Amino acid sequence: MQWEIVIGIETHVQLSTQSKIFSGSSTAYGALPNTQANVVDLALPGVLPVLNYGAVERAVKLGLAVGAKINSPSIFARKNYFYPDLPKGYQISQYELPVVEGGGIKIQLGETEKNIRLTRAHLEEDAGKSLHEDFHGMSGIDLNRAGTPLLEIVSEPDMRSSAEAVTYAKTLHSLVRWIGICDGNMQEGSFRCDANVSVRPKGSDTLGTRCEIKNLNSFRFLEKAIEFEARRQIEILEDGGSIRQETRLYDANKDETRAMRSKEDANDYRYFPDPDLLPLEIADSWIAQLKNTLPELPETRRLRYVNDFGLSVYDAAVLTSTREIADYFENVLTLLPDQAKLCANWIMGEISGRLNKEAIDITACPITPTLLAALLLRISDETISGKAAKTVFECMWNGELDRNVDAIIKAKGLKQISDDGAIETLVDEVLFANAQQVADYRGGKQKAFNSLVGQVMKAAKGKANPVQVNAILKNKLDG
Amino acid sequence: MFDASLKQLSVLLAEKKISSTELTSEFLQRIKTYNAEYNAFITVNEALSLAQAQIADQMIASGQGSQLTGIPIAQKDIFCTKGWLTTCGSKMLSNFVSPYDAGVIERFNHVGAVNLGKTNMDEFAMGSSNETSFYGPVKNPWDVSAVPGGSSGGSASAVAARLAPAATGTDTGGSIRQPAALCGISGIKPTYGLVSRYGMIAFASSLDQGGPMAKSAEDLALMLNVMTGFDARDSTSLQRETEDYARDLEQPLSGLRIGLPKEYFAKGMSKDVECAVEAALDEYRKLGAETIEVSLPNSQLSIPVYYVLAPAEASSNLSRFDGVRYGHRAQSYGDLSEMYRKSRAEGFGAEVKRRILIGTYVLSHGYYDAYYIKAQKVRRLIAQDFVDAFKHCDIIMGPTSPTVAFDIGEKSNDPIQMYLSDIYTSAASLAGLPGMSIPVGFGDKNRPVGLHIIGNYFTEAHMLNVAHQYQLATDWHRKIPHQIEI
Repeated sequence: MQWEIVIGIETHVQLSTQSKIFSGSSTAYGALPNTQANVVDLALPGVLPVLNYGAVERAVKLGLAVGAKINSPSIFARKNYFYPDLPKGYQISQYELPVVEGGGIKIQLGETEKNIRLTRAHLEEDAGKSLHEDFHGMSGIDLNRAGTPLLEIVSEPDMRSSAEAVTYAKTLHSLVRWIGICDGNMQEGSFRCDANVSVRPKGSDTLGTRCEIKNLNSFRFLEKAIEFEARRQIEILEDGGSIRQETRLYDANKDETRAMRSKEDANDYRYFPDPDLLPLEIADSWIAQLKNTLPELPETRRLRYVNDFGLSVYDAAVLTSTREIADYFENVLTLLPDQAKLCANWIMGEISGRLNKEAIDITACPITPTLLAALLLRISDETISGKAAKTVFECMWNGELDRNVDAIIKAKGLKQISDDGAIETLVDEVLFANAQQVADYRGGKQKAFNSLVGQVMKAAKGKANPVQVNAILKNKLDG
Repeated sequence: MFDASLKQLSVLLAEKKISSTELTSEFLQRIKTYNAEYNAFITVNEALSLAQAQIADQMIASGQGSQLTGIPIAQKDIFCTKGWLTTCGSKMLSNFVSPYDAGVIERFNHVGAVNLGKTNMDEFAMGSSNETSFYGPVKNPWDVSAVPGGSSGGSASAVAARLAPAATGTDTGGSIRQPAALCGISGIKPTYGLVSRYGMIAFASSLDQGGPMAKSAEDLALMLNVMTGFDARDSTSLQRETEDYARDLEQPLSGLRIGLPKEYFAKGMSKDVECAVEAALDEYRKLGAETIEVSLPNSQLSIPVYYVLAPAEASSNLSRFDGVRYGHRAQSYGDLSEMYRKSRAEGFGAEVKRRILIGTYVLSHGYYDAYYIKAQKVRRLIAQDFVDAFKHCDIIMGPTSPTVAFDIGEKSNDPIQMYLSDIYTSAASLAGLPGMSIPVGFGDKNRPVGLHIIGNYFTEAHMLNVAHQYQLATDWHRKIPHQIEI
């Protein structure tokens, strides 16, 4: 039987506020345990939560960026359960009325685009951390993370493969960084995914029983966990078994998922509206104001790159994978307005390759947009060939001659021969010395022409303008 | 001096006839002598109180004094007080010394009032007799075999026994008004949102409201002037212009329309209470007021609604008492779950456990709609009843409590009877309205009767005026328990 995998993703996005969602403590990562936990975070008797509107602002921005409805009012609710790293004995979250509802994210799969619908996005506080090692049979509690603002973004089950799921996660990751609501640091847990995976016979339109895989904090783990889980479920079904709805954990070392708890022993969280917090009202004027502060979104840019610059959908998607790359591209393009394809090729080729290899962010690229534009200008005005440009690029990367393009071209003697007379002399010499190939060509052997071009370029030490060489040679042979 | 009003004490202090240190010492001495009898205080800390008195004396000397500067005030042990044991009447917090001050405490500190001690209360404010306290029952100064009411029973008893010039209380369903009535003193629960809940240990967040308890309406006004005010740390705190709650005390009452809810006078009220309340209403008519019958048709639902909503919120509010970070933790346990179970089983008393169970039940999956949601809907109807009633009257009056103080032990095994003590007070709590009790005479066994005054939102100054005019014309509030020596 042919199986179809169905995936929905819940993402916990840590919002980039300076202080916590309901207290004034810092959210900075990596401080000594419990040094960023004040009386509110410790849930001392009598303390009360006060909403950080910076978190709301970021949630609204996400809502606007995905074309969702911003609910006003939305309601904060208490999710009640006991755990030592949950100081109040409840987590403040949103349940029945989330701040963001609906919307969608368009993902690029090769040359085709797919819309992944979003169910909702709601604000909540993170829990602290329990540390079970190093305490001699006891557990340590670190409440620095308790109260960190999270936006939980829930997708519809619209993805059909691990590749689609990863693309969705990457697109969302890029978007939250793009609009400046999350630092996207996955090692520090700023962007964590839970995947809901089920399988069904291809063609079926009812959903199979799903399992939720928790806390996938890298794209690779997300992909592998989904693949393992889908295989596991298919094997069970093919053996005539049935899937138990449960929460599972992905073990990266063993590359497998393991049951954590089943639906039957799920907590009754006894959600109810938090009486310490008023319904969250968001004025239309505030939404309008935030809309104005939103940068041009990746989707809009992608379309613009295709429609205005004639780039392929694929190129446009790569260039808009982060706001920094897109900004870099557009900065180069301002200086070289008619050379979008050339700019795109170089950024996606030489620049990206080199940055990846040396693990440098594009914002720290030694070849600034201005420098790259200067180099590309010399290709487009035919001063140097594309091949020579790579040599120049290498010199610039290494910081030679103050990264001055023209100085490097001169010093390395890379200037192209574009003088018709000089090229003609070379062509004449080659034709004279290769009478046999001239005869072959005139006898109908097209291959001989290429060989003659090669000879001319060799005689010019690679510096002759190939377009001119072609034209002059053809003229002489055919004329 | 022990019977002096806040205004009189303020004058004595300002004119340097007495220092705050002397005044505080006198009251501390009095507490030392009599507290064993009434059990009104859980914690007295002479060193901390006298240190504050010294600061107050300096403030007065340098001309920075205001009306409550240097006056010792008893604080209900529900307010977190930096450096003080803050128990909330529970074994769970019997080792908790607060590292921070509640908003209300800060406000008293700011004007140089002296914290005289922390008063006894029903455990986590759950009770109407002060019998649920881990620190033992409080006695009613009018009759030590009677309860003082609750949950602010320690504060009521302390003021009635003249162990403190005034005290703070908190009211969730009647916890200021009912003990004020049973101890023959005055108390007001302001409009929800006027007094900061920051640092006031939560019982039922949507109902809890702090307020003063004192010997007269005039004293309550001075206390309210200090206690109210916006606090950014409490999201339900209201941002309003400051007002002087004493400004209207002297206004005459002619033309005042007093609404008498027919439901409150129909049945349930005992004869002795009814007599005293009727006499008080006669007095008001003499003062120029007219009485009008009004109806609060849903008020009979206020007790069931209250006992769904308050426990629901409490069950969640009390989850933080888990023995992990502070408070009582069981001596021995095998695992995490046992640590929770034993710590909470040992740390909480029976009434608190009962309410956590009720609250957990009504919030459970499958019961939430039938109980919690339904109760919220009825709560809105109860509030609407008042909106309609206030179209016909300026103020509402009735009994504060259906009976005078009952005997210690009389209702402690019958929670339903106990819950009915708040039958007249809980409706105003559910509506968020200000409510007040003033003494209007005596009933059976010569125990005090309180008149319940409910005002419209933010009409505290007017309510105090209505109470003050009555107190100018009568002397019930001047009566002192016969066994009390001044």
